[in-house]
Amino acid sequence: MTCDEAEILLHALIDGELDAGHAREVEDHIAGCPRCTAQLAAYREMSKAIAGADLRYAAPPQLRRRIEASLPQTRTPNRRSVLKGFAMGSAVSAIAATGLFAILLHDGDDQRIMSEVVSAHLRSLQAGHLTDVVSTDQHTVKPWFNGKLDVSPPVIDLTAQGFALIGGRLDYVDARAIGAIVYRRRAHVINLFVAQTPGTERHAAKTETIQGFNIRRWSDRGLNYWAVSDLAADELAEFGEKFEAAMKGSGAG
Amino acid sequence: MPGRWIEAGRAREFSTEAKQRAMPVNAANDDPERARRFRDAALPHLDDVYSLARYLLRDANDAEDAVQECYLRALKHFDGYRGPAMKPWLFAILRNVCHAEFARRASSPTAAIEDVTEDSEQTPLWRETQETPEAQLLRRRDATTIRRFVIGLDEPFRETFVLREIHNLSYREIADIVEAPVGTVMSRLARARALLRAAWLAEEEPSK
Repeated sequence: MTCDEAEILLHALIDGELDAGHAREVEDHIAGCPRCTAQLAAYREMSKAIAGADLRYAAPPQLRRRIEASLPQTRTPNRRSVLKGFAMGSAVSAIAATGLFAILLHDGDDQRIMSEVVSAHLRSLQAGHLTDVVSTDQHTVKPWFNGKLDVSPPVIDLTAQGFALIGGRLDYVDARAIGAIVYRRRAHVINLFVAQTPGTERHAAKTETIQGFNIRRWSDRGLNYWAVSDLAADELAEFGEKFEAAMKGSGAG
Repeated sequence: MPGRWIEAGRAREFSTEAKQRAMPVNAANDDPERARRFRDAALPHLDDVYSLARYLLRDANDAEDAVQECYLRALKHFDGYRGPAMKPWLFAILRNVCHAEFARRASSPTAAIEDVTEDSEQTPLWRETQETPEAQLLRRRDATTIRRFVIGLDEPFRETFVLREIHNLSYREIADIVEAPVGTVMSRLARARALLRAAWLAEEEPSK
């Protein structure tokens, strides 16, 4: 093998694109060639530096909204489609069917939005849809939302209170991107969704039931919270209370 | 609307069109179940698609328009989608959209395409690499600076580099997207890395 050949193939070696035979040939050449050895080291170093820096650009929230709005709307799921979704996810739901959604929305049709919340909850339970970022550390989950949303969702670890933080996700409710923070209570999954609302007044929590899911909703400091769960209403209330208490305690999001 | 996205990408100007048009939804597209499947499959890749558009077009506004056009076309052709994986498929569509934008820029009197010719693609690598001492260590750079180096690469090296180093595609996937043999992908990547390293080393001096 010549240096000219090796100079190109060493990149394939770095990228793990060579089969064992070719990799061996390149390595043999490099072992006997100080110049190619230096090249390989130099490019390995550069690839490492590049891999260590996140060079991706995040899509601006307005672009996400524009594209979301341009897609045919998945309308308010009617009873039948919700039931279908439930049947599909029932194996999963059986072990993990708690959702807490905290949503900040401008205004809008409460009932329709609550249906969308239930729908988003069902979607999240399908395999691979629960979290985009997996972490038990609130300081990892919170920054992950930066640049993805026009609001910074509060991420609070409630592990000590019996609700473990497991990650975060982007979801869509009311044709808007919304942050979902995911918790787990025993075998039950909990989603926390966040968006923005112009109002800043506080509304005490109310609980409703849609399609067998409990929804707990409250508003505080410019945020509307929606909790959805198949847990008993009292356990959902416990989550809501502990979340609100922790928010007060932290003094921030 | 043309039914074949590859051809559709070649001649159209998306940048003004995409804004004015409210992305019409025809009857075939107006199926909530299909829209949901498309959403679930395609939207998780939005950051990747946008990111590639930024690197290809080197302009944030053009990138947004290209991505929107890309998703519009992807939705139109979603029924015929049988693979590859969703991300490379979206990338291939985006690339065609971007090429339409290049064509628009080329025809506009104030802008020009900086694509290098085939000749310079054949330049032996050693000419660049010999100019820089291989043993020299790269100074640590923040993401913004490295992005600037990448943006500074000429096509087709930038495209190949971004697909490999930033989006982690395999040589095969890249070859399919850029419609070139794997060997070409390999040599472009080698050249791209040589150029990038040269730019990186050149900035070692406290310049600016």
